Amino acid sequence: MDPFYTNELIPALNRGLVMSTMLIIPSAFFGLLGGILVGTFRVFGPKPIQRLFNAYTAIFRGVPLMVQLFILYYGLPNIGIYFEAYTAAVIGFILCSSAYNSEYIRGALLAIKSGQLQAASALGMSKTQALVWIIIPQAFRRALPGCGNEMIYLIKYSSLAYIVSCIELTGEARAIAAQSFRFTEAFTVVACYYLLLVSIATYLLKKVEKRLAIPGFGTK
Amino acid sequence: MILEKLIVISDALPYILQGAGITLIIVAGAMVLGLCLGVPFALGQVYGPPLIRGAIGLYVWFFRGVPILILMFLFYFGIFDLLGLNLSPLTTTALVLGMTSAAYQSQLFRGAIQSLPQGQLKAAKALGMSRWQTVSSIVLPQALRMSIPAWSNEYSIILKDSALAYVVGALDMFTRTHFVASRTYEHLTLFMLVGALYFFITVIGVYFLARLEKKLRIPGYTA
Amino acid sequence: MTVPILFARDICVTIGSNEILKNVSLSLPKGSLKVLIGPSGAGKSTFLQTLNHLIPHDSGCLELNGKEINLNNKRELYAYRQQVGMIFQDFNLFDHLNALDNVAIALRKVKGVERQTAHNRAMQELKRVGLEDKATLYPAELSGGQKQRVAIARALAMDPTVLLLDEPTSALDPELIGEVLAVIRDLTRDGLTMVMATHQMDFARALAHEIVFMQDGEIIEQGSPEELLQEGTSSRTRDFCARLVTAIDDKR
Ligand SMILES: Nc1ncnc2c1ncn2[C@@H]1O[C@H](COP(=O)(O)OP(=O)(O)OP(=O)(O)O)[C@@H](O)[C@H]1O
Ligand SMILES: [Mg+2]
Repeated sequence: MDPFYTNELIPALNRGLVMSTMLIIPSAFFGLLGGILVGTFRVFGPKPIQRLFNAYTAIFRGVPLMVQLFILYYGLPNIGIYFEAYTAAVIGFILCSSAYNSEYIRGALLAIKSGQLQAASALGMSKTQALVWIIIPQAFRRALPGCGNEMIYLIKYSSLAYIVSCIELTGEARAIAAQSFRFTEAFTVVACYYLLLVSIATYLLKKVEKRLAIPGFGTK
Repeated sequence: MILEKLIVISDALPYILQGAGITLIIVAGAMVLGLCLGVPFALGQVYGPPLIRGAIGLYVWFFRGVPILILMFLFYFGIFDLLGLNLSPLTTTALVLGMTSAAYQSQLFRGAIQSLPQGQLKAAKALGMSRWQTVSSIVLPQALRMSIPAWSNEYSIILKDSALAYVVGALDMFTRTHFVASRTYEHLTLFMLVGALYFFITVIGVYFLARLEKKLRIPGYTA
Repeated sequence: MTVPILFARDICVTIGSNEILKNVSLSLPKGSLKVLIGPSGAGKSTFLQTLNHLIPHDSGCLELNGKEINLNNKRELYAYRQQVGMIFQDFNLFDHLNALDNVAIALRKVKGVERQTAHNRAMQELKRVGLEDKATLYPAELSGGQKQRVAIARALAMDPTVLLLDEPTSALDPELIGEVLAVIRDLTRDGLTMVMATHQMDFARALAHEIVFMQDGEIIEQGSPEELLQEGTSSRTRDFCARLVTAIDDKR
């Protein structure tokens, strides 16, 4: 095989893959957590907090992630706040993904019929018990497809870490391509890496969804 | 201090706003290309022979699975170059975003087409309509109308993705902001400004698409 | 005997390993109304849909005015379908078109009639079913009975030589059944040739020229209402109807 692949491209991309994974996993995890928190407060929280989080969601969903990353990495130093490239990228991903996830969580919470809460109270459940045993299991199932999709977007948008100079898959590919002038090959191979990541994530999410599926639930 | 920032903004604003025009050209081009490819792709995937269905499925899988940033690099430095096409950064961005959007839009239309009640297709057949007549006067008018809400979502996604024109150096809003910022070192102010501009343009666009939807609304359509 | 308008010969339909229609033949003289009855799953809907080739048959043939239709020829098939109208149980109106356009669309797109002419014709048909004042309403704004009448107007606008009706009133609330049956009664008076599947036995008894009783994909009996339903005759049809009446009484 062409040594360009075996000696240069593949080792570099494997390095990048490790970095990309280190970006994606914490961002996905905390993004989901943040989304649940923000989403729940947007439905059940006190009015001022609801308003605050609604504004947060609107802004982070309405502004390009690129702009958010630039503000974090190049903008904040203007007021004396410095982040490593990696930290800036992860913070950016978490903030953005929390905003998107909160939208799905909120939708799921709002879709649960008030009858369910009444039925739970009628059985003598406390508000917390109803939340834990009735509302959250239902909301989670409803929000799962949306949040799963968001995770797949996150895998793809993790490539933007490159533009704040955090060198992951995209950065490694770009560097090799520029050295060797073999642009098409380098970017095709890195595209395959992403395709693989996205396909694996899609497959796993389908499995989880199937495992959690309840007949007649969510089809309305 | 605040006055200083205001001066920076007022100096930069006209230059950045000119970029808004370029951003909008990219978005419009990408959405139209996405529509023009998305509709036939959806039809091909629903009604086409297995070979066509497979090919479109592969296209969708590729463009939905690869980051736009990689696609920009791949097409700008790689494929378009190999094909001997000397495309401007602006054209490249619009094409890449358009091809990606086609993948998403095709799935949108496909869902809408498949959600049409089978009975209506039977009724069309029973009236003697050919397949093409059924598609053009019964299926598409309904599928396109059902897709408008999702279309406004697509608009807001493409608008945000258009900032990636920066990596090939089209003179869009984002790239211009970056230029000014590297001269003035006022990154925070300027990127918050351009963030507000993106936000504003999203809101306006979504508003107009909602108006369009209202205008085309038909009693009984909830989707 | 004159040539029947529509003649279906030895129609067989098999789906999977399931024989749904077994050698069903039906001959429709001009101006006749034949009523198809039988238990659920007998194959009535399937048979009606094979009659205008919405469901393809495995063997058998269809003849219109004594001429066999070549169903492999698309042009001939579309032309045939224009002559054989169909009314569905659940109406199947086009949701994106108002009543008038629902009636006009096939005129314009299939027959190539010019817009204004098509609208005039559509209005005329809506008048015939008593809905001229509902022309601009969309399907979602019409009651079930009104929807079915629009569907009838839509079929009539194509000037069909034969009309197939598949339980046109069974999706309707009881108080709306009358208005649709009244329209169909008018059509028999006008001499339109029709086949109709229904459970409305009173209607069948009063207006059918012939009752066709189907079960398990076969025609078991056919004959005039008098022959099959007269007191004192013993026919499968009569048994079935007796049970149908008891079932309906039970429900009440
Ligand atoms: N697409 C299909 N695949 C397999 N079997 C089918 C299909 N469509 C109909 N059948 C079967 O064909 C038989 C006849 O169905 P059909 O709908 O024609 O009955 P019907 O007489 O119209 O009944 P009903 O009075 O309930 O409308 C039934 O046993 C049904 O299960
Ligand atoms: Mg039936």
